[in-house]
Amino acid sequence: MSILIDGNTRVIVQGITGKEGAFHTAQMLEYGTRVVGGVTPGKGGQKSEHGLPIFNSVKEAANETGANAGVIFVPPRFAADAILESVDAELDIVVCISEGIPTQDMVKVNYILKQSNTRLIGPNCPGIISPGKSKIGIMPGFIHQRGSIGIISRSGTLTYEAVHQVTQLGLGQSTCIGIGGDPIIGSAFLDLLPLFEEDNETEAVILIGEIGGTAEEEAAEYIQAEFSKPVVAFIAGVTAPSGRRMGHAGAIIAGGKGTAQEKIEVLRDAGITVTLNPAEIGKTLKSIL
Amino acid sequence: MKIHEYQAKDILNVFNVNVPRGIPAFSKKEALNAAKMMGYPCVIKAQIHAGGRGKGGGVKVAQSTEDAIQIIDKIFGQSLITKQTGAKGKIVNRLLIEEAVDIDRELYVGIVIDRKTACPVMMASTEGGMEIEEVAGKTPEKIFKEYALPGFGLQAYQYNRLVTALKLEGDLAKKGISFLESLYNVFRRTDASMVEVNPLVITRSGDIIALDAKLNFDDNALFRHKQYLELRDTSEEEPSELEASKYNLNYIRLNGNVGCMVNGAGLAMATMDIIKLHGGEPANFLDVGGIASSETVANGFKILLSDKNVKAVLINIFGGIVRCDRVAQGIVDALNLLHIRIPVVVRLEGTNAVEARKILAESPLDFIIADSLEQAAQLVVSAANNGADR
Repeated sequence: MSILIDGNTRVIVQGITGKEGAFHTAQMLEYGTRVVGGVTPGKGGQKSEHGLPIFNSVKEAANETGANAGVIFVPPRFAADAILESVDAELDIVVCISEGIPTQDMVKVNYILKQSNTRLIGPNCPGIISPGKSKIGIMPGFIHQRGSIGIISRSGTLTYEAVHQVTQLGLGQSTCIGIGGDPIIGSAFLDLLPLFEEDNETEAVILIGEIGGTAEEEAAEYIQAEFSKPVVAFIAGVTAPSGRRMGHAGAIIAGGKGTAQEKIEVLRDAGITVTLNPAEIGKTLKSIL
Repeated sequence: MKIHEYQAKDILNVFNVNVPRGIPAFSKKEALNAAKMMGYPCVIKAQIHAGGRGKGGGVKVAQSTEDAIQIIDKIFGQSLITKQTGAKGKIVNRLLIEEAVDIDRELYVGIVIDRKTACPVMMASTEGGMEIEEVAGKTPEKIFKEYALPGFGLQAYQYNRLVTALKLEGDLAKKGISFLESLYNVFRRTDASMVEVNPLVITRSGDIIALDAKLNFDDNALFRHKQYLELRDTSEEEPSELEASKYNLNYIRLNGNVGCMVNGAGLAMATMDIIKLHGGEPANFLDVGGIASSETVANGFKILLSDKNVKAVLINIFGGIVRCDRVAQGIVDALNLLHIRIPVVVRLEGTNAVEARKILAESPLDFIIADSLEQAAQLVVSAANNGADR
C-alpha cells in the first residue's frame, strides 16, 4: 500500500498547455503516472504535445476520462478557481503546485473544501509521490525508492534532501508528501498522519516542519496521543530572524510565535525524536528503527 | 507590503473609518506649515515602518510653533530607534502632523488571518496602547476574538459581542459596530494581511477614532490592487534586499560571515541552520529558486558580495528537475566573469551530480567541492574562520 495515490490513480492536468504544466506532465508520464488528460479552457478537443486529450473544463475531463485526481499548474491568480473547479468536479484528490495564491482566496477555498470530499495538497508544494507507483508533482522521481518510510514536509528541496538520505541508507519511501509552504494549505500534518498510521507499508515517518504557525505543535499532540509508528522530525529555521518571511509565505516568526525552538521543544516533549542536523535526518531515523 | 501610518489612514478614511485630521509632510518646512495649519496643540508623528515609535521618542505633542520647530528639528532626518528597528534605527524622512485628540479611553482592534482555522479573525481588547503580543502573553483573557465566516464576514451578533467586550454601551456601541464593520471592509476589500488600530480611541466628546493605524497588504494579491503599489516606500527596505527583489531572488541579510546560496526556501533555512550547528554564523538567507542558471548564480553572487562581512560562500543546490551539470556550468560561467577573492564551497546533489563535480574540478577556478551537506558546512565554516583570521 501507499497513501493517497497509487498505480490506479488517474490524473488530469490543469494548465497542461503551459510551459510548466507541459514539462511536468512529460515527467510524470515518464515516471509511470497515469495522466489521462488535461484542461485548458478554450482548447477543448485538441491534443496536448503528449498526445493526451484536452478538455475545456475539469468536469468534462473527469467524465470523459474517469480521472479521480488532478494537478494544477495555472498562474496563481487563477489557481484558487482551478482548485474550486476540481472540487466541483468531485475529484478525490487535487495537488496545487502554483505558488503565490492570495491568502484571502485560500480562505474561501479552504471553507468550500471543508464541505466537500475532495482532498487538496498544497498550494505552493512539490506534490505527492508513491515511489514505483505514481507521482503527482514536480519532484525528481529518480531520487526515490520504494520502501517503508513516509515523508511529510512543508518544504520542497529540503524534502528531496531527506528522500535522498533515506534512499542512500537503503530504506526507501512508501509515500512522500510536500504539503506546501503557504499559511493556508489544504492538508496539514494533522490531516495526513492518520493515513500513514493506517498504511501497512509505512513503518516510520519523517516530519519536516519549519518556522511559522502551529502545525507542528498540533502534529506533536496527535502523535503523542494516537500515532504508533516511530517519527523523526526536523524543523528548519533555528537561525531565522523574527518578523521576516523566509521565502515561503508561511515561514515567518510573527509576534515571537512560531519559532523553531518552540516547535522542537513541543515535539520532544511529545516523545518525538528531533534532529537539529538536516544532514542527519536519514541517519537519525535509522538509529531509532 | 507595508505602508506608512498616514497612507493607512487615508485608506481607512476612504472606507469610512474615523481617523484624526492630519497632513503628511516630507520636509521640515512642510511639517511646520502643516503644524501651523493644524493649530495647537497638534501631534507630530515620525513615519517609519516599525512599531514602538511613541516610546522611541517619535511621537510628540507641540503646544506652539516654537515647540513644533524644536520637535521637527529633533525628529526629521534623524535616526529613530525603537524596539522593532534594531540598534541602527531608521531615518525619519516623513512626518504626519495631526490634530490632538481628547482621549477618554484607549482600546485595541486588529484583524488578521488565523492560520489554524483559516478564517479572518477580529481581535479586540480594552488594553489599548499596549503591544498586543505582550497582552497576549501576559493576559490572554483580555483579548476577545471573533472568527469571520469565509465569504459571509462577521455577523451582527459577533459585532455585538465585540463591542460588549470593548465595554462600549448605548450610542458608543452603535458607533463601535459601524467602526468595526468599516474596518472589516478595509481588510476584505484591500486584501490586507493585517489591519491594526492601536490605540482605538474613545474621545471625551464620545467619538471613536483610529488614533494609530497599521495596514499590511498581501503581496500575492497586489495584482488586483495596482493603485496601492505606489504606496511602497523603498527607502524603508534594506538596499541589498531591494536589489535582490529586482532579480526575483529571495534574500535576507543577517549578521554572520558565511554567505549561502541555495535552491528552495526550506533547504535555504536548513543550510543556515547547519552552518550555525558547525560553529559558523550565516550571513544571509538566499533562495535562488528552482532553476539555478548562470544568470541567477551571478546575480546571487553580486548580492552576497555586497555584504562585506562575508568571508566564505556555500552554494548548496539539490538538483531535481534542474540538472546539476547545468548548474555547475552556470556557477563556472558566473564566477569567470566576477572576480571573487573569497573561498567558495560548492555542494551539488541530485540529477547528474557526478558530472557536475567533474565540471567544477576541471575548471581553472578554485572551488572547494563538498561531497555532502555535512562536509560542505564544515568546509565553509572553517574557510570563513580562516578568512576572518587573515
